[in-house]
Amino acid sequence: MADIALIDTTVTAKRAAAVRRGGFSDARFHGLTMIAAVIVLAIFGGVILSLTIGAMPSIKAFGLPFIWTEAWNPVTEKFGALASVYGTLVTSLTAMIIAVPIGIGIAIFLTEICPRSLRRPIGIAIELLAGIPSIIFGIWGLFTFAPAFQSTVQPWLIDFFKDIPALQDFFAGPPYGIGIFTASLILSIMILPFISAVTRDVFETVPPTLKEAAYAMGCTTWEVMWRVVLPFARSGVVGGAMLALGRALGETMAVTFVIGNAHHIHTSLFSPGTTISATIANEFTEAVGDLYLSSLIEMGLILFFITFVVLASAQLMLRALEHRAGGLS
Amino acid sequence: MKSSRLYRGRKRRNGFFLTLSVFAALFGLIWLGLILYSLFYNGFASLSGTLFTEMTPPPGSNGGLANAILGSVLMSALAVAAGTPVGLLAGTYLAEYGRHSRIAFVVRFVNDILLSAPSIVTGLFIYEIIVMKMHHFSAWAGAASLTVIVIPVVVRTTENMLLLVPNGLREAAAALGAPRSSVIRIVTWRAARAGIVTGVLLAIARISGETAPLLFTSLNNQFWSTDLNAPMASLPAVIFQFAMSPYEDWHRLAWAGALLITVTVLSLSIAARILESSKRS
Repeated sequence: MADIALIDTTVTAKRAAAVRRGGFSDARFHGLTMIAAVIVLAIFGGVILSLTIGAMPSIKAFGLPFIWTEAWNPVTEKFGALASVYGTLVTSLTAMIIAVPIGIGIAIFLTEICPRSLRRPIGIAIELLAGIPSIIFGIWGLFTFAPAFQSTVQPWLIDFFKDIPALQDFFAGPPYGIGIFTASLILSIMILPFISAVTRDVFETVPPTLKEAAYAMGCTTWEVMWRVVLPFARSGVVGGAMLALGRALGETMAVTFVIGNAHHIHTSLFSPGTTISATIANEFTEAVGDLYLSSLIEMGLILFFITFVVLASAQLMLRALEHRAGGLS
Repeated sequence: MKSSRLYRGRKRRNGFFLTLSVFAALFGLIWLGLILYSLFYNGFASLSGTLFTEMTPPPGSNGGLANAILGSVLMSALAVAAGTPVGLLAGTYLAEYGRHSRIAFVVRFVNDILLSAPSIVTGLFIYEIIVMKMHHFSAWAGAASLTVIVIPVVVRTTENMLLLVPNGLREAAAALGAPRSSVIRIVTWRAARAGIVTGVLLAIARISGETAPLLFTSLNNQFWSTDLNAPMASLPAVIFQFAMSPYEDWHRLAWAGALLITVTVLSLSIAARILESSKRS
């Protein structure tokens, strides 16, 4: 009897110790995961803080007019971001104008027209291509696309638009091959797989009963897509497009290779220009003088701010969609 | 009569727009095919045995990319080694502890912003906090900037994969008396292992082509260097420098490097995909 009681107490004591130990390591593990989560926040805060500190000399020297000043003269140390901001916005918007309709077209093709056996391979091919690094697009754009574009499509475009009053200024000037328009085209090819992948995923969240009901009413495929699927998936498609816009705005290598790096604003899309990221990539290591460096960092801060606004709104749209899809299923 | 015209109009419109979408698909596939074609064409023409054994040459002489390959592998390995634990733990926090709490919401939001934030800004950030303090470019700084890119990728996939683990598994383990940390480490992590490895593979694929953050952190180096405290060559940085130069033989090496990167990225994403689908079935 006494022996059993003895064993019992040691077992209980051991178990109590294990529970204590478990509780301790439990708390420690919880803390550890929390620290990791806080590191993510710290990186984000650190980016904003360090860029703001780095940009201070330039902010002090130029103030707010930095954003709308076109001058970029390292010799006299006069800096303004306008040419770069303009290039960033124009290349991204042009790329979006080209890529969004085509991306949605690809998504319609994949969900409605494509034979079932081809759907997966084509879908996978598109997703794989979305992962190809931007420097590959850059080197291809510089060596293969730009020369071909210069000798074939560009002279034709200049000729085609030269008598159209509103558009002639946008497509004027000598065909350099490289320039704002080439950069936009490369960007659009780059974000195309991205847009079509997101759009296809969103289309697939549309409940089949909705589509079947529309078909039963006698709608054609196009009417089902245009009147039922697209309105239902609208916020997801817009969110996906905004995500792609965020990528395009911050894209560095694909643009840097082909944009020509010129700090001027021309109406013609065929003239060389620059973007924020291209300016930083090209000039940062060669920047001499604190003010030069600091101006480049301030441009980085502006870029981060623009992409933050775009990406944050994309997030909110996609998240609202997730909630709705979750409610339906 | 009138209604048949209406039908015909609708049918015609249907045919027109569906044809357009087929052309859109062809258009997209043709461009992407052209890129891959010229990449493989130019890349294979430039491949040679010395690519893996010799250093990046001065213009006009023969050489390879050995030091750049070494640099890329070293810095990526460091970044993955540092970024994976942080990403794994933060993703675990979001999926297991935080879930619907306010801080989890903020972390999730910020993480998704970091996931697609411009990588060149990452480079500026590391330049400010490491390169400026050390007063010189270094491989450490390059690895740090890649780490900042790895973390959000791993956080996102880890959280997604852990959320796929059925709650019944967690409850069964908890009913046996396992403390929560053991439930996570022994049960949920193990159940989501393939997915988590997928995330790490995707992160490696993502950083192996990153150029912008390396340009002003690890800079470049013409020589074979394993000193992490010194500037180090990397494939993307060498491609950038060589492609922008006027020299033919440098261009050839840039193509070869581009092919190497693409093959690496594609095989990593295919491996990740196979892992993911094998788990699903």
